[in-house]
Amino acid sequence: MYPRQFEYVAAGSIEEAVGVLAANPGAKVMSGGMSLIPMMKLRLLSPETVVDIGRVSGLDAIEDKGDYISVGALVRHGAVATSAVIGEHATALGQAASWTGDPQVRNRGTLCGALAHADLAADTPAAALALGMTMVAQGPNGTREIAASDFFVDSLMSALSPDEILVEARIPKRGGGSAYDKLGRRGGHSDYAVAGVASWVAMSDGVVTDCAIGITGVGTKPTLAVGAMEALRGQGPDGIAAAADRALEGITVLEDLYGSEAYKAHLAKVYTRRSLEQAVAAAS
Amino acid sequence: MTITMSQVGGIVRRKEDPALIQGRGVYVDDIKLNGELTVAFVRSPFARARIRSVDTSAALAIPGVRAVYTIDDVRSLGPLLAQIPIGKLRPLLADGVVNHVGEAVAMVVAQDRYQAEDAAEAVLVEYDQLPASVGLKFSATDEVKIHDDLESNILHTWVSHDWWPGVFELEDYRPAIAAAKERDDVVIVSQEMVNQRLIPVAIEPRAVLADWSHGYDRVTLYTSSQIPHAVSGAIAKTFGLPVNAVHVIAPEVGGGFGCKLNVYPDEILVCFASHQLEAPVRWTETRREAGYSTIHGRGWIGTATITGTKDGEILGYELDAMADMGAYSQNLTVAIPVLGLYAASGQYNIPVEWTVKCVTTNTQTTDAYRGAGRPEAAYYLERAIDMYAAEIGMHPGDVRKKNYFKKEDFPATTPIGLTMDSGDYITTLDKLLIDADYAGLKEMQAQARSEGRYIGVGLSSYVEVCGFGPSILAEFGFGWDGYGLPTSFSGSGLVRINPDGSATVFIGTGPSGQGHETTWAQIVSDRLGIGMERIRVAHGDTSDAPYGIGTFGSRSAAVDGTATYEAAEKVRSKAADLVAHMLEASAEDIRFADGGAHVVGAPGHTVTWAEIAEVAYKPHKGPEGIEAGLEAHAMFSPGNATWPFGSNIAVVEVDVETGNVDILRYVAMDDCGNVINPMIVDGQLHGGIAQGIGQALFEEAVYDPDGNLLSTSLVDYPLPTATDLPMFELDRTVTLTDVNPLGVKGIGEAGTVGSAQTIVNAVVDALAPLGVKHIDMPLRPKKVWQAIQDAQEA
Repeated sequence: MYPRQFEYVAAGSIEEAVGVLAANPGAKVMSGGMSLIPMMKLRLLSPETVVDIGRVSGLDAIEDKGDYISVGALVRHGAVATSAVIGEHATALGQAASWTGDPQVRNRGTLCGALAHADLAADTPAAALALGMTMVAQGPNGTREIAASDFFVDSLMSALSPDEILVEARIPKRGGGSAYDKLGRRGGHSDYAVAGVASWVAMSDGVVTDCAIGITGVGTKPTLAVGAMEALRGQGPDGIAAAADRALEGITVLEDLYGSEAYKAHLAKVYTRRSLEQAVAAAS
Repeated sequence: MTITMSQVGGIVRRKEDPALIQGRGVYVDDIKLNGELTVAFVRSPFARARIRSVDTSAALAIPGVRAVYTIDDVRSLGPLLAQIPIGKLRPLLADGVVNHVGEAVAMVVAQDRYQAEDAAEAVLVEYDQLPASVGLKFSATDEVKIHDDLESNILHTWVSHDWWPGVFELEDYRPAIAAAKERDDVVIVSQEMVNQRLIPVAIEPRAVLADWSHGYDRVTLYTSSQIPHAVSGAIAKTFGLPVNAVHVIAPEVGGGFGCKLNVYPDEILVCFASHQLEAPVRWTETRREAGYSTIHGRGWIGTATITGTKDGEILGYELDAMADMGAYSQNLTVAIPVLGLYAASGQYNIPVEWTVKCVTTNTQTTDAYRGAGRPEAAYYLERAIDMYAAEIGMHPGDVRKKNYFKKEDFPATTPIGLTMDSGDYITTLDKLLIDADYAGLKEMQAQARSEGRYIGVGLSSYVEVCGFGPSILAEFGFGWDGYGLPTSFSGSGLVRINPDGSATVFIGTGPSGQGHETTWAQIVSDRLGIGMERIRVAHGDTSDAPYGIGTFGSRSAAVDGTATYEAAEKVRSKAADLVAHMLEASAEDIRFADGGAHVVGAPGHTVTWAEIAEVAYKPHKGPEGIEAGLEAHAMFSPGNATWPFGSNIAVVEVDVETGNVDILRYVAMDDCGNVINPMIVDGQLHGGIAQGIGQALFEEAVYDPDGNLLSTSLVDYPLPTATDLPMFELDRTVTLTDVNPLGVKGIGEAGTVGSAQTIVNAVVDALAPLGVKHIDMPLRPKKVWQAIQDAQEA
């Protein structure tokens, strides 16, 4: 639990932080530190430089921008979990944030930090996928937008370049209803997801006109369940079970201490169904 | 001045809590000495390997590094001492071979821990990997024999009717049980079950700080330990010193659960390094290291068999088990199953035959973990009885009652020859069944099943064995003879009235969360009428505490508490003489209360404790010829263990689609005799039950077949938290013991002994309609789900 030696830079601005990243290959950004610090203490990761953006002002707001909700880089899980605007327009994200870690982690860890960390069993990436969120990355050449569906590249690997920082996550306000449900490692909603599924649906006249489903914990990365999404579009609520059966298309299931391949595959379908049922109820 | 009077039996807020909950308690890592050096260990990545070479040159070149030690430096100190030298004793550092992942191979000492860790990475060790023996069944085959100098991986076999030859002449029940099995009217239920290996996770990891004083030929060791006196003995014996040259201090101890009831190589090694380097030397375990450097617990596999009539009379209970000892034997390793044997028959008057093979494997050593053998014993017995009740279609409470020892049977002799002091098992169970509304729960269960919900009601009973005695039982290996301190189970207490009338109580046992400072103050306040604020309880420092064997086996209150009570009685007797002189009354008429003493029937005729103390310390003011001062020491040697007992009910709901278990209610009815502080007793039960639920649902130390420990962090070793647990519903009965004058029995481990099987019984009860008969712990959702799938296929 003792990291190797590293340089610590407390950045005064995002521009400064990006500059440090560009000048120091292998440098890492820290916001809440809830993932980076444990990895460094276990010596699983030993960056030569850590750039702390925790003191940069103006990054801790959740703002309703009309057609989307903006979540700044330093917004904590706890703030996401208790935000009224997120609760109303992005229920799945609020639920995922509320079941992330414990109160201490939720009070320090940030949504953007967790998304950038891209843990294969984290909760909020599933919601980011289902809600069609957009990631705003800032690098030496300015900012660019990355769709959530392109953001989670592999286990612990996002689409960010080494010199980019995730400065904002945007949640489009596209109506409908959403929900996140999971089985945690200690059962119920406790701990990392053995399987977690976020769903968003738009309904019209009892028919699903559009939907998105993000699955976490089961495969090598948080993934959109494109097969299930395709199966559900144009269906009513009675199409949910059949759609959930296609939850695993495109996902390679990984066995771990908490589940065999068969079990986790089963759970992915169960929680796809459950989260869809809740999302449909919310949208109806 | 506020005077808070305590009566034994009253709820008193814990004196220690303001410091502990404000982060102002002092633990080993909070103590700083000038010129400290810090240790990091080089640990084996292999479960079994020959060490070809250790190259420390690169490590020694790192700035700040003062020394790197290997076995060559410390071999002359011998191996780590143990009470029962069966199996391979642990070398202080790996000696030519390593036998488990994480075994310490070299010790780096540097100016700070960061340098030390960097240097540990720079020590180059060349290994020749050897095949490892992991898993009880495999290891017991001796296909890979671990230690060249031992005949077999099976170190010893405990057999219940012959567990201590020459001391106990016991009936061999095998012929009777075999005959019973031939009868036409019997049912035989038999099930292999795993009682999985656990990692004791104290919030404060182990920590040591040694300061060898060459000027005074004395070493001081600060250590997070349940047994400071025993540690002083082990260090003295290892270094060839008298025990008075070893000063051990256990300050606040942040949880122990048995894992700090041991002497560890690091405790010896920091003393050695401090001697060599003439500087204080510290090591604090990291959470990840704890899985490698602190003992594990449990780790059994066994087949439990009940032979009984169709109307619920148990004719024989057999357990054929293996227990995982790990790679090396430490303090009590091979003796732990014997502690299970103590409780093998539970609350039942039934024939018992136990065989437990102690098997060495290439894993971390096992030893005492909260309950130490008794949770295993209760688990096998109570799971088997539930299966038997289900098989014959009888109420699980009725089966138990039919086979219990009855109130009039006490003192009762167990099948292994021990005497149980007192019990009233039926009363306690009946009260539980009413409190929990068992009949109503079964109705709710039936209703839920008709709605497709799976609710289960689990019941189990337990006995505990606390405050061991009589003295001769220690000859089995439970004294600290192995640490050079030939002692038995006695406890001690010293009560000193200071010249200002305050009291200091020195005890031979110390808290690791149990609230000794409050409980002992209550005992003394109750006897002497001194306010709680004026009593300080001192513990854990071998230079001022009277000799004590330590805190374990739920023994502190029953044994050292009794000694303190007796010491307080001696003080009271002498103080009565002083007060009689002061108030010109008869000593028999003096009563102590409200911060002083008065003459019975004349409450206005009083003196304060400050006035009594002045007379005690100025003998010219006292009765002619009386010895100055006012203090007394007492040792108490229990004539028997105490045998608390109880029954528990759990109500669970299983999501059969996912295997998730939700605990709806947990109701415990415990009987620990007299209760000194109900709030502390309830707190012990809360923690104990949580730990039992942890074993039932969450925790497991997982080794892969190559001997890699896969659960070294709390990410992979899930512990129960408050959010995972229901509100516990606690109630109690009081059955007194005559083993000690306080009538107290012990409660530290009861919750753990009683709970794991209660949960498993409930889950199996929930899933009975699906054909599930048993699921091995931990009942993680994946296993519950798999069991349902398997039962459906069968």
